[in-house]
Amino acid sequence: MHGNHEVFLSRIQMGLGFYYLILCILNWSAALMAWRSGIRPLFKLGGLTVSNLALWMLLGAWFLILAPIAMMGSPPELPEAVKHLINSLSGPVTLTVGSLAGMAFLFLFRNWWTKPAVAWVLLNLAMFGMGLAVTDANFFEIVGKPDNVPIVGLVFLLGFFTWVATYRAVINDDRRRQGLPPMEKVDDEKVLVWPDLVYTEMICMVAVTALMLVWALALPAPLEEPASSVKTPNPSKAPWYFLGLQEMLVYYDPWYAGVVLPSIVVFGLMAIPFLDFNKGGNGYYTIEERKFSYIVFQIGFFELWIVLIILGTFLRGPNWNFFGPFEYWDAHKVLAQNNVDLSQYFWGGLLERGMPKAPAGSSAGTEILYILWRESPGIILTLGYLLLLPPIMAVTVFRSFYAKMGLVRYMLMANLLLLMASLPLKMVLRWTVNLKYIISIPEYFLNF
Amino acid sequence: MFGSMLGLGYTCLAAAGGLWTLGLARFMFPNILTEPPSRFKVGFPSDFALGKVEEKFKAQFGVWIVNTEYNGQPEICAIRTVCTHLGCTPNWLEAEQKFKCPCHGSGFYKDGINFEGPAPRPLERYAISLADDGQLEVDKSKLFFEEMGQWVDPQSFYTG
Repeated sequence: MHGNHEVFLSRIQMGLGFYYLILCILNWSAALMAWRSGIRPLFKLGGLTVSNLALWMLLGAWFLILAPIAMMGSPPELPEAVKHLINSLSGPVTLTVGSLAGMAFLFLFRNWWTKPAVAWVLLNLAMFGMGLAVTDANFFEIVGKPDNVPIVGLVFLLGFFTWVATYRAVINDDRRRQGLPPMEKVDDEKVLVWPDLVYTEMICMVAVTALMLVWALALPAPLEEPASSVKTPNPSKAPWYFLGLQEMLVYYDPWYAGVVLPSIVVFGLMAIPFLDFNKGGNGYYTIEERKFSYIVFQIGFFELWIVLIILGTFLRGPNWNFFGPFEYWDAHKVLAQNNVDLSQYFWGGLLERGMPKAPAGSSAGTEILYILWRESPGIILTLGYLLLLPPIMAVTVFRSFYAKMGLVRYMLMANLLLLMASLPLKMVLRWTVNLKYIISIPEYFLNF
Repeated sequence: MFGSMLGLGYTCLAAAGGLWTLGLARFMFPNILTEPPSRFKVGFPSDFALGKVEEKFKAQFGVWIVNTEYNGQPEICAIRTVCTHLGCTPNWLEAEQKFKCPCHGSGFYKDGINFEGPAPRPLERYAISLADDGQLEVDKSKLFFEEMGQWVDPQSFYTG
């Protein structure tokens, strides 16, 4: 963005000031709660013991100082070097590897980050980072677009619910190790539908309606130019909840990414109750008793759904190119992405000869045989992946699963897992070796 | 069995089902007129310089007139402005010399051959020919697919 930076800052100064003010109030509320429910020491700094009360008071004071500074139009900003670093890091490969590493971190260190004090500091860091980042005009334009505001909210909500579930699972797992029943079994006092539940629901209803009213008034729905069959908006984005599907369509043919894969997702989710033989975790949070299910769910939901939505919303710009969060959306950004089919790699690159091609004027049957011969590397690879891998997995990594599930249920689960894994595999192949299609039969609209 | 109330019921059910299926089939052929004439004139061959993509027919007719080299010989062809991936309208990027689709990032060379993104096939060509008055005429009722080897058809291009 080459506009005047001061003008942009004056546009957001009041909003940003109030944002910091709210962060101050949040922290001081936390301090108040700490004061009431018992002050606990958190860590030692030199000879000084820092309690949660002191830390929340300090954080609140820090944001209180920032608020008027931001309101006067000179908020703290991210250094250009950091922005460049983030831009250059936010490619698809780093994003995927990074989110996988993040998930591994969340899984391995769940006992640490679910501690309320740690989680509160992490939330503060995220909110402060947000405050720093919105001072960049390009970032603000993406994040502040009325279309995208719900997704920013979704990211924070997701963080919150992930924390709640993991926090309770950690407590239950701890109790199990001590031979105690899970919290849900202890705290199972019955309440009445009327009035307890109905009242709660009514209050929620009123609160949500009020929120929607304020939202609708504050952020008007964005209208685009009149529809035209010859001009597609650039970038052309699906509604946010479909952006994961749109991202899938970049890597696969429409019939597969748009029809087959979503259907497999739906039917696969429906099959879970029949495939699941683990009785652990019925009616209470736990991770240790359901490690496999937990990891598969986190990868399927977090990695293949949420991360793709975030990617499609914030990082896809004109011509569906990748843009860093602080990068100007230049419609003429040049990216070399020559995509090559597997058969081209095989016949052209490996064997250094032309693609098999039916002689001109041959019959349809001969042509099909030639096409199959041309695509044989991809077909063999795909068949091997779907037919050979499940038995191999049954005698190696999934030996105990196979014993418990029996042939039919095991094969179903293995194939669902492999089909799920086919998406990230294909994405990685596209990014690293520019692979277009493993099986490419454009003559009959069959590409995989 | 036949003549019983149960048989009557099933007969009615089958009849209703059959009618419903017919109705559904009719639904697949809506009452529409296929707009603009499928044949239209675009100008004299000399209007199209070699290496240029003419965009002025895109809005009304959904076609680019391109004069470029394909298989070593210069041809004027009429390329359909529909992406072969999911049917969005790509944009011609003069600076990059390529067609680029805003929906999923498919890219095509000037001659319509796909080279990046998910598009599985090259863009499609309409029939083009020289009319009696010396102008080029595009016929949108005929399509030519490169992957089917149809671009060698003399109707799919014009050479001066």
